[in-house]
Amino acid sequence: MKYGYYPGCSLERNAAAYNVSTMAIAEPLGIEFNEIDDWNCCGATEYTSIDLLAAYALIARNLALAEQLPDNGKLVAPCSACFLNLTKVAHQLEEEETLADKVNLALAEGKLHYTPGSIQVYHLLEVIFNDVGLDNLAKKVVKPLKGLRIAPYYGCMIVRPGYQRTFDNPEHPTSLDSIMNALGAFVVDFPMKANCCGGHMTQISQPVALEMLRRLLKNAADYRADIIVTLCPMCQLNLDAYQENVNAYFKTDYHIPTLYFTQLIGIAMGIPAEQLGIGKELVDARPALAKIGIEVPSEESVPEKKKHPKESLPMPTMSKED
Amino acid sequence: MSSTHNTSPRAPTFMDEVINHTPGDNRLANCIQCGTCGGSCPSGADMEHTPRALFQMIKGGFREMVLRSNTPWYCVSCYYCTSRCPQNIHITDVMYTLKRMALKEGYYRESSASEAPAFSSTFIDYVENYGRSFELGLATRYLLRYNPMGMVQMAGMGMGMLRRGRMDLIPTRIKGINQLKAILGKAKTLGGEV
Amino acid sequence: MIEPRIGVYVCHCGTNIAGVVDVAEVSKWASEHLKGRGVVISRDYKFMCSSLGQELIEKDIKEYRLNRVVVAACSPHLHEATFRTATKSAGLNPYLTEMVSIREQDSWVHTDKIAATNKAKAMISGGVERVRYHEPLEPLHVPIHPATLVVGGGIAGIQAVLELADAGQKVYLVEREPSIGGHMAQFDKTFPTLDCSACILTPKMVSVGKHPNVELFTWSEVTNVEGYVGNFTVNIHKKARFVKEDICTGCSICQEKCPKKVIDDVFEAGLGYRKAVYTPFAQAIPNYPVIDKENCTYFQKGTCRACEKLCPTKAIDFTQEDQDISIQVGNIILATGYDLFDSRRIPQYGYARLANVFTSLEFERLSNSAGPTGGKVVLRDGVTEPKTVGIVHCVGSRDKNYNNYCSAICCMQSLKFAHLVEERTGAEVYNFYIDIRTPAKDYDEFYQRVLEEGTIFIRGKVAEVTDAARMAGEEGKIIIQVEDTLMGKQRRIPVDMVILSAGLEPRRDAKAVAKLFGISCSSAGWVIEKHPKLDPIATMTDGIFIAGCMQGPKDIPASVAQGAAAAARVLGRIQQKEIALEPIRATVNETQCSGCRICNNMCPYNAILFHEDRAVSEVNPALCQGCGTCIAACPAGAISGTGFSNEQVMAQIEGLLLLNLEAEPA
Repeated sequence: MKYGYYPGCSLERNAAAYNVSTMAIAEPLGIEFNEIDDWNCCGATEYTSIDLLAAYALIARNLALAEQLPDNGKLVAPCSACFLNLTKVAHQLEEEETLADKVNLALAEGKLHYTPGSIQVYHLLEVIFNDVGLDNLAKKVVKPLKGLRIAPYYGCMIVRPGYQRTFDNPEHPTSLDSIMNALGAFVVDFPMKANCCGGHMTQISQPVALEMLRRLLKNAADYRADIIVTLCPMCQLNLDAYQENVNAYFKTDYHIPTLYFTQLIGIAMGIPAEQLGIGKELVDARPALAKIGIEVPSEESVPEKKKHPKESLPMPTMSKED
Repeated sequence: MSSTHNTSPRAPTFMDEVINHTPGDNRLANCIQCGTCGGSCPSGADMEHTPRALFQMIKGGFREMVLRSNTPWYCVSCYYCTSRCPQNIHITDVMYTLKRMALKEGYYRESSASEAPAFSSTFIDYVENYGRSFELGLATRYLLRYNPMGMVQMAGMGMGMLRRGRMDLIPTRIKGINQLKAILGKAKTLGGEV
Repeated sequence: MIEPRIGVYVCHCGTNIAGVVDVAEVSKWASEHLKGRGVVISRDYKFMCSSLGQELIEKDIKEYRLNRVVVAACSPHLHEATFRTATKSAGLNPYLTEMVSIREQDSWVHTDKIAATNKAKAMISGGVERVRYHEPLEPLHVPIHPATLVVGGGIAGIQAVLELADAGQKVYLVEREPSIGGHMAQFDKTFPTLDCSACILTPKMVSVGKHPNVELFTWSEVTNVEGYVGNFTVNIHKKARFVKEDICTGCSICQEKCPKKVIDDVFEAGLGYRKAVYTPFAQAIPNYPVIDKENCTYFQKGTCRACEKLCPTKAIDFTQEDQDISIQVGNIILATGYDLFDSRRIPQYGYARLANVFTSLEFERLSNSAGPTGGKVVLRDGVTEPKTVGIVHCVGSRDKNYNNYCSAICCMQSLKFAHLVEERTGAEVYNFYIDIRTPAKDYDEFYQRVLEEGTIFIRGKVAEVTDAARMAGEEGKIIIQVEDTLMGKQRRIPVDMVILSAGLEPRRDAKAVAKLFGISCSSAGWVIEKHPKLDPIATMTDGIFIAGCMQGPKDIPASVAQGAAAAARVLGRIQQKEIALEPIRATVNETQCSGCRICNNMCPYNAILFHEDRAVSEVNPALCQGCGTCIAACPAGAISGTGFSNEQVMAQIEGLLLLNLEAEPA
C-alpha cells in the first residue's frame, strides 16, 4: 500500500518520536510512504486567523506537490492539525469553483497548480485502521501489551468535523480503542477521549489552557490509566510537557505519560523501544512500560461498576439498530 | 461563501459581510440561538461572549462589540460546535473570519486577548520566511515581547524540551522558499471575499 | 372528426400567472393564430375558477356552440374537476375540456417573462391540437363495498373503528402487536389534564373488542393489497399465537408459570420483563396471550411445555400455523403511528452508556403504576430515588444532524414529566429547552402550573450529558453541560437522573407499508397527505386514508380528530353506494392484438386478461387505472388510451412545437 506522506513541522523535531515510530512500523505493516519533496508548513491554526487566501494557498502548495506524486492521490498526515488543514482545503476547493480559481491564481505565481478533487487526505490512524486492518495488526503482535491500562486519546481534529469523509464517530470514536485492544492492552473507555487538549491556548491564556488539560488528566486518572495514547503532536505536547505546570497550578499530582499510538504498535511488534523514540517524553513512560514485563491479571471488568441489586432495571444495549 | 447570500436589494449588513468572508455554505443566517455551541465550547466559560451570543450580536449589527470581543481568540478549533450545531453552521470557520476582521481593523487591540494575534503573526512570520515553523524563535520572540513572566514559567519546560532534543536551535528553510513567497504574495492581493 | 369549435380561456390567477406571463397577449395570439385550428373564441380572465369565470365558459359554450374547451390555468390536480363541471352544466361532455397548466409548469418556474409568455403560447397551441382529438367519455360507476379496513390499533385507529362500527358499518382492524392500544397504552398520565392514559383508553379498547361490527385481527399484518377504491382485496397474514382463541379464558396461568423471562423491549420500552408466553399488559384486547417463538424454550430446545400442561382449558396449541385471510373492503384507513427516535444516535447524551439516562418512553413505564417499578420513580438500580432530575427537550428533533422537524409533543411531555417527578419524589427538576411550545387548549396554562410547582427552566439546548467530573461536587453525578442562553453563561448542572424527550419518527418500515398501499412518504418519512392544509386525512390514492402520527407528529386530541375525520369521509363514500371512476383507461384493439401477452404481466393493477380462445388480451375497465404502461409496451401499438390516445399525444407535441401553424393556409 503506497501513500503520499506529509509529516508536518512537528514531526521533524518536537514529535520526532512520532515520525520515527511511524517509519519503524510502516514496512512490517506493508505501508510505503512517499514523502512530498520540499513540503511547507500547513499554517496550523494560525494562518487562517490572518489571511484566508494566503492560508489556503500555503496549504494548497502541498496539495499541488502531492498531486505530482504517483500514489493515486492518497495523502497521509500523522498530525491531526495538518490532517485537518489539508482535508479542509482539499474539500472546499472541490466544492467551490471560485475559491479554487483564486487559489490556483496564487499557485500559478509559483508555477504550480492543484486540480480540485485530485487528492484524498487521510489521517495515519485511518490508514492503519481501515487499510491495514485489525486482523493484520493482531498477526504482527509478538509482545501483547497485556496488563497495560491505556487511555486512548483522540483529541478533536481527527474526528471532527469530517470534511472529505467522516472517519469514526465524532463524539465517541472507537478505532484507536480497537487498535489498542488488538495489541492486547486493556483499553479504558474514558469519556473525555475526544475532548480538545486546548491547542495553542497555552500561549493565549495559561489558566484556561491548564484547566482544559487538568480535566483531561483527571478523567484519565479517574479511570486509572497507566498511559495516555495519542495521535497528534499538539495533544502529546500539551499533555506531556505541560503536566508539571498543571500540577503546580492546581496542586495536583498527575504522572501519566503520553505516547504515540505508533510507538505502542511498535512495542507490541517487538521493535526495541529506542528505535521508537521512547524516552523523548517529559513525563517518563518507562515505569509504566516496565509493567508489561510483569504478568498482571488483567481486570476484565472495571471495578467502578456497582453490583446490580435484584431490583435493578435492565440497561439498553449499545449496538445500534440499523 | 455565498455570493448568493443577500438576493434582496437592501444594503449589505455586517452579517452579510461575515458570511461572504467565510468559505463554504456556512448558514450563519439560520442560527436559532439554541446555545449548543456555547454549551459545548471547552473555553466557553472563559469567553466574554459565548459563540451564540456573538452571533446574535452579529445579526444585530453590533460590529464593534463583536470585533472587540475576546471570543474568537479563545476558540481552540475543537469543532464541537460545528459538529453539534442543529443548523449545520460552520461556526469555527466564522470564528476565523472574525479573527481576520478584528486583526485587519485593529479592534483586537481593545480585546482582553490583545496578545493573541501576536502569537499567530509571529508564527506566520517564520513560515513566510522559512517555509516551516520555528518553535524556539516563536517562543522567545512572542514571550519576550508580550508575556515576559510567562517566559519564566516556561523555562522549566523549555529546558526539558531542549534536553530531550525536542527543539531545534535554528530554523529550517525549504528549498522552494522563493516559490512560496511568490505564491503567498499573490494570494494576499486577492482579497478576502470568497 | 367533426369540425372543432374551440374556446380558449387564459387565467390570470391574480398575479400568479399574470405577473410573469402576458396573459392578454397570449389570449389575443390564440384567437388570431389558432383560428385556423378551430379556435372560435379566446378570453383571458382574472380567476377562471371563480363562479364568474366558470359562467364565462358556460355562456360561451351555448352562445358560440363550442364543442371543445381549453382552459390555461393552474394544475389539473386543483381545478380539472371544476372546469369539467362547468362544461357539463352547459350541456357538453365534461371530457371535452382540456386543462393546460401555465402556472405550475410555466409562470411559477420561470423568471424570464418573454420566454414564459412564448412558452404559454406553445402550451396552449399543444392543448388546442390535443383537444381536437378528445372524445365524449362516460365515467364508469362501480359500487363501494361497505366494509372498511383500518390498519393500526392505536388511538387514531381505534377512534376510526368506533366511528364506523357505531354507524352500523362493518370494520376490520388489523394490528401488528398482540394487543391494540398502541403507544397510548404505555403512557402513565396524559397532558394537560393528567388523566390516567389507560383509564381513558381502555374503555374504547373494550368497545372495539366487543363490538359486533368489528372483526379484530391482532398479531397480524397486511401483506397484499389489490384493487381500487370501493373494491379492495386485502390479504391479512395472521401469525400463529399458538393459543386457541375460542377456548382461551384469559386466566394468565400460562404467563405466571412460564419459566422463560425476556426483556420486554416493546411495551416496557426495555425497562421490564415479560415471559415467552405473554399478553403485553393486563388490559390487553384481545386478552389471549401469544407465544414468542424466538424465546420459547419449547420452540428453541424442544423441552418445557409448562403452559400446555397447566392450561385449564387446554388452549395451548404448538402446532398452530400462520394463516392468510383474504377480505373485501371498500376503503382503507391507515393509522400505524410512530417509532421513537433512537437516542443512541446522539452519543454525547450518554444514553445506553450512562445508566441513569432514560428516554421518554422508559420514563413513562417508570412512572406508570402498572410498570416495572410499580410507579416508583427510581434510578436504574431499581431502588434509589433521584434528588435532582434534568429533562432534556428536543432530542433528535429540530436538528439537521438527525430530524429537521419539531416533534410537536415533547415540550408538553417534558412539562408533564417535570410535574410527575416533582409529585412523586419531591426532587429538584430542571427542564432544558430551546422554546416552550404549548399551543393547544389548556397547554400554556399547564406550563404556568409547572412553573408554579417550582421547576427550574434553563433555556439552552443541552450540549453534553457526561459523568466526567471536573470538580468535587460533580463526582458520582451526571453532569448536564449547557449554555444558559438567557444568562449568556455556560453552566454545568449535576443531576442524578436525566430524561431525554426523544423525538417522534416514522415507523422504521413506513416506506414499505406505504408502498404496499400505493401511497408515498415525504423526505422526512411521514406519509404524504392529499393537501397539508385542506385535506390532511386523504391521500393521492383514492380510497386510502390516513390518520394519526403516521401523517406527522401530533398529540392525542389531534390523532383522535383525524381518526374520526377519516371515518367520516369513508362513511360519506359508503353512503353514496357507488363511485364514478375516471374513464381514462386503456383498450385493446383486438384486430391488431397478436396475443403476445407482453402487456399481461406489465400491468401493475392486474387489469389485463387473456382470452385463450381468441388469443387476444383484454383490459378490464374496472381495474384499469389508465397508467399507460401497457400502451407503451405493446409492440404492435394495439393498445390505446381513452383520453390519452396516441393521436392526442402526437397532436399535442405538434402543437407544442408550433408545427400546426405552418400547416395553416396562408
